[in-house]
Amino acid sequence: MGQYVLRRLLQMVPVFVGTTFLIYVLVWAVPGDPFEGKCGERDCPASYVAMMRERFNLDDPLLLQYWKYLVNLVQGDFGVTSSGVQVVDRIAAAFPVTLKLALVALLVEAVIGITAGVVSGLRNRGFLDSLVLVSTLFLISIPVFVTGYVVQLVFGLQLGWIAPTVTSPTFGNLVVPGFVLASLSMAYVARLSRASIAENRRADYVRTALAKGLPTRRIVGVHLLRNSLIPVITFLGTDLGAFLGGAIVTEGIFNVPGVGGLVFRSILTKDGAMVTGVVTVLVLVYLLMTLLVDLLYAVLDPRIRYD
Amino acid sequence: MSRARLVPAAVAVALAATACGSADTPTGSDTDAGITIFNTEPENPLVPGNTTEVGGSRVLDPLFTGLVEYRAQDAQPVNAMAESIETTDSKVFTVTIKKDWLFHDGTPVTAKSFVDAWNWTAYGPNATQGASFFSQIEGFDAVHPKDPDGADGPQEPPAPTAETLSGLEVVDDHTFTITLSEPFAVFPVTIGYEVFSPLPEAFFADRAAFEANPIGNGPFKYVSRTVGTDIKLTRNDDYKGNDKPKFKDLTLKVYQSRESAYADLVANNLDFMEELPPNALAGRQYETDLGDRVVQRETLNNQTIAFPFYLEPYDNVDLRRAISMAINRDEITERIFEGTRKPADGWVHPLMKGYRPGQCGEYCTYNPEKAKEALAKSGYTGEIVLLSNTDGGHQEWAEAVVNSIKNTLGVEARFVPSTSFGEFRQKVNAHEMTGMYRAGWVADYPSIENWLTPIFRTGASSNDGLYSNPAFDAKLAEADRATSEDEAIELYLEAERMLANDLPSVPLWTQNTIGGRSDRLKVANLDPFRVLDLYTVEVA
Repeated sequence: MGQYVLRRLLQMVPVFVGTTFLIYVLVWAVPGDPFEGKCGERDCPASYVAMMRERFNLDDPLLLQYWKYLVNLVQGDFGVTSSGVQVVDRIAAAFPVTLKLALVALLVEAVIGITAGVVSGLRNRGFLDSLVLVSTLFLISIPVFVTGYVVQLVFGLQLGWIAPTVTSPTFGNLVVPGFVLASLSMAYVARLSRASIAENRRADYVRTALAKGLPTRRIVGVHLLRNSLIPVITFLGTDLGAFLGGAIVTEGIFNVPGVGGLVFRSILTKDGAMVTGVVTVLVLVYLLMTLLVDLLYAVLDPRIRYD
Repeated sequence: MSRARLVPAAVAVALAATACGSADTPTGSDTDAGITIFNTEPENPLVPGNTTEVGGSRVLDPLFTGLVEYRAQDAQPVNAMAESIETTDSKVFTVTIKKDWLFHDGTPVTAKSFVDAWNWTAYGPNATQGASFFSQIEGFDAVHPKDPDGADGPQEPPAPTAETLSGLEVVDDHTFTITLSEPFAVFPVTIGYEVFSPLPEAFFADRAAFEANPIGNGPFKYVSRTVGTDIKLTRNDDYKGNDKPKFKDLTLKVYQSRESAYADLVANNLDFMEELPPNALAGRQYETDLGDRVVQRETLNNQTIAFPFYLEPYDNVDLRRAISMAINRDEITERIFEGTRKPADGWVHPLMKGYRPGQCGEYCTYNPEKAKEALAKSGYTGEIVLLSNTDGGHQEWAEAVVNSIKNTLGVEARFVPSTSFGEFRQKVNAHEMTGMYRAGWVADYPSIENWLTPIFRTGASSNDGLYSNPAFDAKLAEADRATSEDEAIELYLEAERMLANDLPSVPLWTQNTIGGRSDRLKVANLDPFRVLDLYTVEVA
């Protein structure tokens, strides 16, 4: 087990270097002038442009630029943005917010999705099953930005039940954006667990458990669920990573000051240090999440061993 | 010091109603209230000389008071910190500042505060964004030597030979003189911009601490900042100026998108937003959403079509006239903008002091007959191309303009879109336009001169079409040397009339800015620079 984890951690190093390099190169490859808009509606003075280029090593060859960046990064220095703010401060401010939002979404997705999946999986072809199938199909077919705007318009502006945007990012305020963010994945989780449950319901070990005369609750709750959740856990794990980096639309609609909006604006303003910094952290989160998911397999399914 | 006066609501409403159209009195308004207004994340450190972008300006503007400020009603400069600015030759200006003004840290504002701040901003190695605003002051080339091959070239700019502008001299604590390298009659008008703000000693002692906690001399004090979320300011009760705000706390909230800010505005969670997003403007949705909370006014920007003089056939004056007379401005402003744009009849904005209507004359009036005649005279029969970026909602009118030209002149005309503003501007600056192109101007300072010199003078900073007319340049130089404002205006108007003959760009229309306020605000007006006029704000 320990050896396996160590091997996985070592494998992360080339992945980490590769992704940060790609991101770094891509950010500066986007067409357009990095100083556009920095000075309002006029062009920046030459001396200002020259200083910024020197500060961000823009006159060096790309590989050297990246090397300088990486050396600083390894020492824990994420650099500064053009507005003189430490990138690490921005990340420290934005990440907890997005993490909260992602956790709310994950909770919504897991609780509602798995419950719906189990219920409909056990009642194959019944009314509840059809209801879950139709409603998940409905959710899957609507893009998140439609769900977001409709929720904001109807509940926020017309009915006035919720504030149209998030005033301060507390867990309570993030419930509505969390629901919107989770809506699509929730439907997938429901369908995944439904299929898995329906398949495993007729598995040998379930029949054995039934024959032993175990109560239904124990059969479903322990034997069936534990085995059926493996694909669902995989999905949830990678989804948490996706929520962290991909909440741009939801964060934009509900004005959540999180990572998605930060990356989006930094790409627009060509703030290379910021984009690479945030994406680096996201890459790390992704790598750790997949490792965690892989380790969870062993816990859920005794047949899987990492020795 | 100030406390909310309790006045029965009915009286307050009656008073507010009678006060309509004139300056409103603070009767019945809550002078201890706080308001929240829209902002974008500042792109630069919060130093006045180093911020020319709007997200930072919205923060710095209330924190600092310069020598002059622009009046919100008509954009005219009025003395703020200046007691007087005097000159006899438009070259040497003697500035006397008001006594007893203090920075927020309690240190006095003196002539030195201004001179030191200007010197710091102009100094080349400090690489500030606002440096070029000081280029007219004597000795600028010594402190800020020009990069011989521009920022893109490999050569380093030469080291400055002086640390301070030779044209600035402190006479005593409250007097200093400004000497320009060339006479410039409208110079006192230009210094209302916040890059001309004074800076306290604290800035020069510890710049990093200042950036984290800016100290100004304006009507608001800095309180705190949560990067990416908001910036909080509060009223400076020791403020000596006349423009005292009628509310206490000002929160500048950073929004991820204009759309989300608009939703908050509709729900009365946001108190003011000066420019509504496209989804609110489409089909006049804002009228249904906001009703009487819409705030609208004519602001200092215009839309034109510029000609690349480096490209045939656009260097042909008859063709330019034909194109201009073939555009039906009235119909386009009515149909596409539903009256939120006003057809332009000249290059100077109508809100400017000295503006004269009809300066462009018949060449800016829709006239199919004459347009066809001019086209025949030009001898051009090929295709006419109009280029524009489309990310600012420019596609619709650009297509309408092209259709108007096509239908009137009977030649092929085509609109070529470019997706991003940045990419488009890059090509404009590099003189790589393949047709005539969209151009617009937002006034830097409210002077008739600002609508002419930077755009049309030979070699000027924003003359990217490479128009050049020695007679026009000479007229501008003559106007710059004028000793009185009236004389200068008269000469600038003559210069503008010369443009009508050459038509270096086609004036299309001037713009109204549409914003909105929450129903908490009794009064909230836009100023001509598309910013909330904080001093008229009254909270119910």
